[in-house]
Amino acid sequence: MKPLILTPKGVAPDAPCRCSSGPPDAGDGCGVLDAAPACAKQAPLSREIPGYQILSCVTGWIETAQSAGRAIPRVATRLGPLDRLGALGVRLGIGRGSYRVAPGLYAVGEPDSESCVLVTANYKLTFDSLRSELAGLDAWILVLDTKGVNVWCAAGKKTFCADELARRVDAVELKKLTPKRELILPQLAAPGVSALEVTRKTGFRVVFGPVLAKDIGRFLENGKKADASMRSVPFGLLDRLLVTPVELVAAWKTSAYAAAACLALGGIGPDVFSFSRMASQGGHALLAYAAGFCAGNFLTPALLPVLPSRSFTLKGAICGAAAALAWIMYYSASQAWSDLGAQALIIVASSSWFALNFTGSSTFTSPSGVEKEMRRAIPALAAALAAALAFWLLPRFLGY
Amino acid sequence: MRGLLYLPGVATLRLDRDLCSGCGACLTVCPHAVFEMESGKALDSARDACMECGACALNCPAGAISVSPGVGCARAIIHGWLTGGEPSCDCGGPSDCC
Repeated sequence: MKPLILTPKGVAPDAPCRCSSGPPDAGDGCGVLDAAPACAKQAPLSREIPGYQILSCVTGWIETAQSAGRAIPRVATRLGPLDRLGALGVRLGIGRGSYRVAPGLYAVGEPDSESCVLVTANYKLTFDSLRSELAGLDAWILVLDTKGVNVWCAAGKKTFCADELARRVDAVELKKLTPKRELILPQLAAPGVSALEVTRKTGFRVVFGPVLAKDIGRFLENGKKADASMRSVPFGLLDRLLVTPVELVAAWKTSAYAAAACLALGGIGPDVFSFSRMASQGGHALLAYAAGFCAGNFLTPALLPVLPSRSFTLKGAICGAAAALAWIMYYSASQAWSDLGAQALIIVASSSWFALNFTGSSTFTSPSGVEKEMRRAIPALAAALAAALAFWLLPRFLGY
Repeated sequence: MRGLLYLPGVATLRLDRDLCSGCGACLTVCPHAVFEMESGKALDSARDACMECGACALNCPAGAISVSPGVGCARAIIHGWLTGGEPSCDCGGPSDCC
């Protein structure tokens, strides 16, 4: 496990010299620099630890009477280019499993013992979206070890839980730092955190803040009261499209199998197998799968609220049917009716399947509902694929 | 204003109004405004909006709410079927967290 996110610039701003302040004979490799007395005697103690690098968002260190000699990293409230690059990467599914910050206590602004304590997850995208909303505020940020998973999912997995919170409050000696005994948790931590249990274990009161970090300023101004708009989870067009790339990454394995099957079936014919037929007819089958993939992964999420039916598989089937209709109109002159039927079924079935998978990215589906939907949809999808196979193969062997 | 709704009549959410103390914790933690306050007690007036996250049941001091919590994710449920274990999603994090 990586204890810290590595950054190219690893030196704390208040450590201008690479030389330690220890004696010259300490054998720390600073022998040459030790010849310069100004460096050797006046440099403050470096915060570097062998094997670690300091986060690029750390702008300084806070040492208060209450922090008992500990230095608490102060983080920027503006995101830097590295943060943006990392965010783009994880949206595309790159390095998403290890995009984390070290759990523990951080600060923004100039917090003191009266400042509020905001609790969050150690997924760096979560940490970044919180700190970027705290410009002008003085606050402590307590980061829990949620294994690099965002607040809501971590609460669901019970890694964002009362036990972890109590352990972290102890580990950072929060009681010494703030006499207020109050923790502000994101509302979406509630599926994992029992507020009463936290109070019983730590003596701290839990206040559930807003769902989104962007409302935290308004929440604090309101006297730590969230209005209805801060309490519900939005799932607008942009939200829906932002989560689709990750769905695509998750679908690569399915897509590889589907591509292989399309190409193999394309090559089959009365003379057993032909590579030229694989390229042309298999290519068309693959293209049909790609059309269904786009209908299910892009069109369905984009049109989610306006599509009839509440079932995701039906929403996907509707988008797939629209795509299939366009497909048939385009290819009606050049392809056999049975092939068109098989391709249309592939489009509808794959669109429906990927729409069903989008339940995992949505913010309002219940496990009972998804299970009910799947028990109906999976036999229907299997039947559609069997029919597509029959449309495809029968004419080739019966010689229609 | 209500947002997107999923399949009606499936949520396992149960509220025992006789036990409810009227503290309002469920109104605070629910991400889909399922509850409202009616004559000093909670009422699950929008049960079809429930996504079974379990926040209300976990934070109800009176123990008046029960729900079978989980993730509404097809991939997680398939994972559960295939492995015979609990539904588990792969979102974020290496396999050691799932």
